[in-house]
Amino acid sequence: MKLNQLTLKQTITKLRAKEISLKELYADVFKEIEKINSKLNIYLAIDKKAIEKAEKNIDKPLSGVPIAVKDNFLTMGLSTTASAKVLQGFMPPYESTVTKRLKQNGGVVVGKTNMDAWAHGSSTETSDFGRSLNPRNPKNLPGGSSGGSAAAVAADICVGALGSETAGSIRQPSAWCGVVGLKPTYGRVSRAGVVAMGSSLDSPGPIGKTVEDCAMIFNHIAGHDKYDATTAVKPVPDLTKALNKNIKSMKIGICYIDHQKLKKTLVDKSLQKAAQVFENLGACVDLIPLSNELKENKILNPDFAIGVYTVVQRGEVSSNLARYDGIRYGNNRSFFGDEAKRRIMLGTFTLSKGYADKYYVNAQKVRSLYIQNYRQLFSKFDVLISPTSPGFALPIGASKDNPMFGELEDMLLEPSSISGLPGINVPMYHDEKTNLYLGLNIVANHWEEEKIVTVAHAFEQNTTWNPWVK
Amino acid sequence: MHRVSTDMTSMKKTVTFTPKDVKHIAKLANIPVTDGEEKKLATGFNSVMKVIDQLNQVDVTNVELTHQVTGLTNVFREDEVDEERMLTQSQALSNAKHTHNGYFVVDQILEK
Repeated sequence: MKLNQLTLKQTITKLRAKEISLKELYADVFKEIEKINSKLNIYLAIDKKAIEKAEKNIDKPLSGVPIAVKDNFLTMGLSTTASAKVLQGFMPPYESTVTKRLKQNGGVVVGKTNMDAWAHGSSTETSDFGRSLNPRNPKNLPGGSSGGSAAAVAADICVGALGSETAGSIRQPSAWCGVVGLKPTYGRVSRAGVVAMGSSLDSPGPIGKTVEDCAMIFNHIAGHDKYDATTAVKPVPDLTKALNKNIKSMKIGICYIDHQKLKKTLVDKSLQKAAQVFENLGACVDLIPLSNELKENKILNPDFAIGVYTVVQRGEVSSNLARYDGIRYGNNRSFFGDEAKRRIMLGTFTLSKGYADKYYVNAQKVRSLYIQNYRQLFSKFDVLISPTSPGFALPIGASKDNPMFGELEDMLLEPSSISGLPGINVPMYHDEKTNLYLGLNIVANHWEEEKIVTVAHAFEQNTTWNPWVK
Repeated sequence: MHRVSTDMTSMKKTVTFTPKDVKHIAKLANIPVTDGEEKKLATGFNSVMKVIDQLNQVDVTNVELTHQVTGLTNVFREDEVDEERMLTQSQALSNAKHTHNGYFVVDQILEK
């Protein structure tokens, strides 16, 4: 077995027991990078001296392991572009809080991963530096926007990764690449030093090979940060303590199975099988019907969340991307790609005088309804489950000329994203013929990352879908 | 500026964009667009507006707005200089394309 194929947990255990050395580990990782990176276009920048940093960090909790980091985290010494030509060649003069914590705890940033430019998309096809390909089947896309990070994990060219999610950008590429992705509660992980997209939504988080790997990375990046006023002053739970727990009598609600897009599809069948797994483990599983109104014991139709997300996100994008003037850093505004232009301009319109009430204010009110709906549901359920994506990874070119591609692919994740809830993707089906995966999305109430980890881990341990868990 | 068509059955107003509208928004957003792009962008905006307009079906009477999802309000800090996060002059200038004697160089905006 090549060492790059080990999980984060296995790597750290073997390094500590001196069964393997950092030299052997980094040699295998770089050999694999050499072999596939030019074909799959996953890393935009690579730190060839990563091993030197690793050797200084062996005594720390993450033992010098190589981590792939999405290119919207500011990293000193490695260029940061958010896959946008406006920022081509930008060398950050300071470090993001998350990567700073990762490094302090012994993680090593081995490279910066490709993404949709500015994180605008769900395919990596809007990257100004070319799309990435899905390592499971290179005729297909890895999803996005954290597509490069999910692909890096799937391709074993890192042992773990960092991504960020605004609405689906950690969970959807994780589903398409057959890996695990954890989107924390909004405000659990600092946004300081992450290229801003939708500031009321953006949530950095881990992408890993297993639930345990994600739990381990989360433990070292989460928590209050004085440089991000929206992070909560709350103790961070040790998520590794949420592993290997009994889910007997936990209450699990199934969502969106009656949505017209899913009825009688393979996705629907896989979700029912997943529900069966939980029932067999002693959980109480109930179906929650869809509703177009706020009604007790029903879940609001995700179709409206697409509208809320589109308005809120475009508005926040137009404001956040106003700072790129090409004077202090980067290139001027003529360097924006098509998708960024579309989003900035639409946000400018929906926030403009005479239209802000009709669009932005209205969307923020519907957003309140989703939050109220979840509050009701979480008084009865511990977690809610749904498919992560309405289908398998889509082929190259799928996002072309579709200004709503990402929103439609992420429709099952947007309700929880606009509500700031934590969620996790775990593989729930593998197609032998195409080698592609479907993902299960598990969501809990604000600050209850422990519950989703408990349920996700139970699923992972009692099914055969995760290729690293045999 | 926008051509507003009124759907009499629902009394909800739908906005449609013309290339001229796009030109105006591009100016507001300081985004350079070509004539050909304006037409394409207008078509794209109209399809996005259809999705957004679905929100008109939702009854939001007496519903408050949500700006902060976890309920934080008025997060303050002491008004003190934090030297840890300060950049040196050379760091601040390090990514600028044009500098002069320790300053950023900007385009001229006033006529001579």
